[in-house]
Amino acid sequence: MPVPNMLPPLRCATAGSVDDGKSTLIGRLLLDAKALYTDQLAHLDDVRHRRGLAERDLALVTDGLRAEREQGITIDVAWRYFATATRRFILADAPGHVQYTRNMVTAASHADVAIILVDARRGMTEQSRRHLFVARLLGVRGLTFAINKMDQVDFASAAFADIRGSVTDYLSSIDLPRAAAELAFIPLSALHGDNVVGRSSRTPWYEGPSLLEHLERAPVDADRSDAPSRFPVQCVLRAGGGVSADGRGYAGRVASGTFRAGDTVRVLPADAPATILSIETADGVIDEARAGASVVLKLTTELDVGRGDLIVGALDKLPRVDTDLTADLAWVHKTESRLGAPYLVKVGTREVRASLEAVLSAYDVASGVAGDTDGRSLSLNDLARVRLRAREPVAIDAYADARTTGSFLLLDATSGDTLAAGMAR
Amino acid sequence: MAALTGHLAALEDEAIFTIREVVATRERPVILFSAGKDSVLVLHLALRAFHPAPLPVAVMHVDTGHNFPEVIAFRDRHLASLGLPLRVASVQTSIDRGRVTDAAGPRASRNALQSVTLLDAIAEHRFDVAFGGARRDEDRARAKERTISVRDELGQWDPRNQRPELWALHNTRIRSGQHLRVFPISNFTELDVWEYIRARDLDLPSIYYSHSREVFARDGMLYADSAFVTRSRGEDVARETVRFRTVGDMTCTGAVRSSAGTIDAVIDEIARAIVTERGATRADDRAGDAAMEDRKREGYF
Repeated sequence: MPVPNMLPPLRCATAGSVDDGKSTLIGRLLLDAKALYTDQLAHLDDVRHRRGLAERDLALVTDGLRAEREQGITIDVAWRYFATATRRFILADAPGHVQYTRNMVTAASHADVAIILVDARRGMTEQSRRHLFVARLLGVRGLTFAINKMDQVDFASAAFADIRGSVTDYLSSIDLPRAAAELAFIPLSALHGDNVVGRSSRTPWYEGPSLLEHLERAPVDADRSDAPSRFPVQCVLRAGGGVSADGRGYAGRVASGTFRAGDTVRVLPADAPATILSIETADGVIDEARAGASVVLKLTTELDVGRGDLIVGALDKLPRVDTDLTADLAWVHKTESRLGAPYLVKVGTREVRASLEAVLSAYDVASGVAGDTDGRSLSLNDLARVRLRAREPVAIDAYADARTTGSFLLLDATSGDTLAAGMAR
Repeated sequence: MAALTGHLAALEDEAIFTIREVVATRERPVILFSAGKDSVLVLHLALRAFHPAPLPVAVMHVDTGHNFPEVIAFRDRHLASLGLPLRVASVQTSIDRGRVTDAAGPRASRNALQSVTLLDAIAEHRFDVAFGGARRDEDRARAKERTISVRDELGQWDPRNQRPELWALHNTRIRSGQHLRVFPISNFTELDVWEYIRARDLDLPSIYYSHSREVFARDGMLYADSAFVTRSRGEDVARETVRFRTVGDMTCTGAVRSSAGTIDAVIDEIARAIVTERGATRADDRAGDAAMEDRKREGYF
């Protein structure tokens, strides 16, 4: 297996209905990319013989848990890793069944690219629309449509073109403030391998790349340099554990943008100005820290900075600092929402007491637009626009501007459970 | 030491972030340190996460008493060189106290007994977080576990009722009696671990590298001949040149024939490996399709 080392891994979320052949596609991708080992193949062959199947059931590669094997469905997000000559991939395999939308939300929150499966015979279903809507809501930039089972429609270009048309129609009807998506449509057969790793001779009318070729070139979020500079403080470090002559260091991970020694910054929510004295890692001082880097920042001035504070570039667009917050929520817990109940909002490294003030509208994934809620509470898998009020001001970006510092968790203050995934407006 | 590039830097940054988040929000964290390569890596990442401050996390080994002597010697030497104290939770003590019954027979292994010793130690020291070196690429059941996993009093894992992990926003809240199992290197593959160890020049127990050893064949694997394993008729001992890809008990960890005596040779070997890490060398995972899943439900790491 080749060992690429230069590019950051591409994170992909895969979504599709139970019957779209998603597990088979992932199995095919891993098999044809030679990412399955002999004992995994032996397991597939063993099951094939025991059950008397004509071919290896590639879906078994990803369907790991016992309940899945019994029910034949994927019930949780499964993570897969593989590499090609040019890149490493992290696949988050999200389930397609309707009550598990929360897992699609989870997978999409990590993804640079969403791979959405559509059955060429059935076209866009409500499930496909839901997955597409979630991918857009979660701000996944790369939307890749794997039009599967092309062998079942005799590799007809018309079936492919119809689905492509209905996807673009649906996308244009979605009412969400998000950057333009990077769309790709690939006609394939997971069962037979057409256009999955190699290009198929059975789709002469298609001139694009195979699925794997497309993924090898797709950009990751960290490559986009237009994001504002953001550094949520995780903790304060001092050499020797106490107060020292070196002063306080602020440990954290650059959420977006770049920080350099000498940069002027602001510390939010207090809005104190400061200058970066140095940027350090365990190996010593470095000149700059880019998005994703875990470092320690030291400031020239002694400020009362601690966990939960957000250090931002003084020249960048500033986040909102407010107690009132309008946001889109994906409700991920079986307990329904309650107005005024004791909740917590976790933004970056900051946790603040908060309450749900109003459910403004609920999203109808069939049409992609927000509709009236009639005062109803939110329950598992609901997607809605809400208004929240925090006990103290929080610094938060619009999710459309910055995914890391524009996202938040809504927690139950009593149980500690995660109730909803939030994206600030 | 040079900065890392590409995917190794991304994996290191992510792991450091996770470790800091958990330690900053919990009271009594512990790193489970077996002296295996994955736990060596987790300990190293934790030291980096808080440099230049001292490590604010305890270090504990759940010792079955059936470990390779080379590994125990490395464990003590490694922690002494880092100036870190070690707690040992002993399966033998659990047996002596009557908490568990020792396994018997030619295939006896204390592997499953570790769960009880671990939970007793967590309760005794009131640890609320246990860091471990599990990775998602090891096994089909681990592929679905979270980076941060909430366990109940019995250490049980419920794959149907896991907290969703959204973005990099870690929810570390727990109720009384619960604790967290945290796996900062979830996204490392076996090859990533070895490349990272090479890039950071980390020491490992000698048995990871090729050496000459008395072994016998069982179930298509090679086991070290030791006082902890009863050989059956026909399981004859032979001297072979081997190394170990994983380090667990002598009773359940198999060797592979290998002449890879340096880290470069090991990486070359793994890059061309055709059998997954656990499939090659762990008898405990071969017990059935769902072997790992069953043990995790019972509180295994």
